Amino acid sequence: MNTLLDIKGLTVAMAGLGRPILDEVSLAVHDGEAVALVGESGSGKSVTARTALGLFPGGATVSGSVVVGGTEVVAAGPGDLRRVRTSVASMIFQDPRAGVNPVRRIGDFLTEPLRRIQGRSKAEATAQALELLGAVGMPDPPRHLRQFPHELSGGMLQRVMIAYALTADPRLLLCDEPTTALDVTTQAEIMAILGRLRRDRGLGILLITHDLDLAASVCDRVYVMYAGRIMEAAPSAALTSVPRHPYTRGLLGSAPPLTGPMPRLAPIPGAPLGLAEAVSGCPFAARCAHVVPGLCDATTPTLERHGDSQVACLRAAELIDETQGEGLR
Amino acid sequence: MSTPLLDVTGLCKTYGTNVAVSDLSFTLPAGGSLGLVGESGSGKTTTARMLIGLERPDRGQILVKGEPLAAASRLARAKAVQIVFQDPYLSLDPRLTIRAALDDVLRLHRHPDRAARVTELLDQVGLGAREAAAKPRGLSGGQRQRAAIARALAVEPDVLVLDEAVSALDVSIQAQVLNVLADIRRETGIGIVFVSHDLAVVRYLCDEALVLHRGVVVERGAIEALLTDPQDPYTRLLISSVPHAGWSPEEISEQRRALQQRS
Amino acid sequence: MSTATVSHPRLQSRLGGWAARLGRLTWPVRICAVLLVLVGLGAVFAPWLEPYDPTDGDLSNTLVAMSGAHWLGTDAGGHDTFSQLLAGGRTSLLGPLGVVLFSTVFGALVGLFSAWRGGWVDALIGRVLDVMFAFPSLLLAILAVALFGKGLGAPVVAMAIAYMPYTARLVRSLTAQEKTRPYIAAYRVQGHSPAFIALRRLLPAVGPTILAQSTVNFGYALLDLAALSFLGLGVQPPTPDWGAMINQSQAAVLEGQPLSAVLPAVLVVVVVVAVTVIGEHFGDRLAGREAKA
Repeated sequence: MNTLLDIKGLTVAMAGLGRPILDEVSLAVHDGEAVALVGESGSGKSVTARTALGLFPGGATVSGSVVVGGTEVVAAGPGDLRRVRTSVASMIFQDPRAGVNPVRRIGDFLTEPLRRIQGRSKAEATAQALELLGAVGMPDPPRHLRQFPHELSGGMLQRVMIAYALTADPRLLLCDEPTTALDVTTQAEIMAILGRLRRDRGLGILLITHDLDLAASVCDRVYVMYAGRIMEAAPSAALTSVPRHPYTRGLLGSAPPLTGPMPRLAPIPGAPLGLAEAVSGCPFAARCAHVVPGLCDATTPTLERHGDSQVACLRAAELIDETQGEGLR
Repeated sequence: MSTPLLDVTGLCKTYGTNVAVSDLSFTLPAGGSLGLVGESGSGKTTTARMLIGLERPDRGQILVKGEPLAAASRLARAKAVQIVFQDPYLSLDPRLTIRAALDDVLRLHRHPDRAARVTELLDQVGLGAREAAAKPRGLSGGQRQRAAIARALAVEPDVLVLDEAVSALDVSIQAQVLNVLADIRRETGIGIVFVSHDLAVVRYLCDEALVLHRGVVVERGAIEALLTDPQDPYTRLLISSVPHAGWSPEEISEQRRALQQRS
Repeated sequence: MSTATVSHPRLQSRLGGWAARLGRLTWPVRICAVLLVLVGLGAVFAPWLEPYDPTDGDLSNTLVAMSGAHWLGTDAGGHDTFSQLLAGGRTSLLGPLGVVLFSTVFGALVGLFSAWRGGWVDALIGRVLDVMFAFPSLLLAILAVALFGKGLGAPVVAMAIAYMPYTARLVRSLTAQEKTRPYIAAYRVQGHSPAFIALRRLLPAVGPTILAQSTVNFGYALLDLAALSFLGLGVQPPTPDWGAMINQSQAAVLEGQPLSAVLPAVLVVVVVVAVTVIGEHFGDRLAGREAKA
């Protein structure tokens, strides 16, 4: 299997902060695979996704490796970066309205990159824009080409943004909270389109989201991130049926269920770790119910394999024995 | 039963040609908790704003403990209905400390023992002395939302409107705030109108729910019955849109399109 | 003094805050602040500092160069230039101060009221302000002089009226923007009166920005009033004034003793630049704070 995105030991740090923005992050997305990166605000999930386009926070020191479609983008030159961005990877964002020029028609918006970057003729570009709008499930592509952004709903505009991302004919689509600003029923539509693109075009997808249930239901594998580190990486089914990291378990226990018994929620105490706060040992130790003083705040756990999952927890092995047969969700 | 805590009849609101809310009626018994569920354009936020007097209904009536809200004085209205807004980053005055903001409300309503009440309120929402002395800028989103809840509770209103009050929070923080709200409901018996798009969150906090679609109530009832045996196709669509194991976005999209074509 | 500082912890912390704020200023801002303070002190203490009576022309000592007796020389009328600069600072700074005070207070009230009421009141006030914008401030001032006579009073009032729309429009737009924030809605829901919310909560929220704008306005007003005096329509001799000094010294320039004309011009430029730099500095700081919040 061809690896589209291969991040290894990526650390992004900036002077004046208490902890690195990203700390030893390793992550892979293969051809035609949907992978989710789940975390709360400040976990570094969006920063991680952006590194795949060679976008690093200004003034940051970067170590480790980010290989996109065979090209190393850490310390890459402008030519390599341009090639990655115009033919390998594309990105869509949370707020589709922020990404379009409100006074330009959808048609101009879509054909511009096709003509200027991909070098198509005007007729070719228009034909391809129509095809792309069809591919993202827009009901009437010829009419949409003449429309302005304000004439479209948020969900429709997000489809246009996906079409725009597809103008580069990418093999990897980075989706940064693509449905957070949209209605719940629209979310399903966008997810259906992404699923279809993945099937039809063999597109690899990296879905950034805060919603663990969404991630597990549409992706093959899930990475759970906290304070710039990967806490757990597992196939979706394994993650929700046997969550191994206390943080993953805490996240699952934080969302009230839609069916079945409704116990009192058991939230994770405290708040996510800010960038100004320094960490020693496990970054989750301060909020963890299973913390062992002297161990968890002294040693930084690394990802280790337990069953189908990889878990960064010093007590993973004992905790798994403890909860065995307890029937977590 | 005696007069309900909140009695809303025939509420209508139109903006130009756009009907935001059409003939909305519901009652909330004392100590009750009602969810107003809907997506954008459902009229749920307009309803919330009418309940707190920020929008004037075109038609219809809102009674709190049998008294029409429209006829109430400013202070009486404040004691009848309060609100917690969605975005804790914008709903607190950036220039006041949390303690000053709470004191501000109590002074307006001539509370006899403000200092003690402030401490009580902070305690109720789980904030300490450090947070009380801080301005909103120095607090996290969850702490700000707790402060906003304390401010709404300060004058002991009859009804508390929560307008997507936990949607902007991180998952782990959302659970904390939901528990704070559940505790407040249990301890004070305050009536709650919970405006939200999130069915699971409504289920956690409410006994009953109204499902709104384009300004019209499409279904109402006890939340458990609504979730296990939804009658309206739109309610069914909303429920199936929530991601779960074995979720099929394709199926939901078709369901949604069928619904759109019918209306 | 130590007892005073101990018994006033609040004052102490406030002084400490000011000291810390001073430490954060950039060098251009510091230099401008020092210059302004010097000019201001000179104007305030002019009667005690001036070596000669600035209105008293010594006709036996006209167009004297820099010397021990007359540090900065004298003009064609034999007035001591240094004394005139000090005394002229009083009228030259007082005029713009009046313009700014009046235009800020009235502009803020008009803008606040307009934005708070909204609807047709807002629209009407907006149109009236548009009409007022159409009058150049200097022209309005000249008109006032024609109607009410020369001096400081009429031009200051006229210019204050001409400057008012700038502040009013700024306050209007700031308030209209701030008003939509949920925290203002929360104040309404809590039962606060509209007057309380507008004056005690909205106004302080937009206050710092108004102040920054007014500081810049001060510079413009100083320039306009100096121009008026130069044209002979403002402060009348023998009352000393920088603009009038420049006007009076045209002959001195021709005689090769330009100090009495150049120095007031330099002072006008220095004060305008300093005030603008400081105003912009506060404006930028506010913008930065807004972006962070």
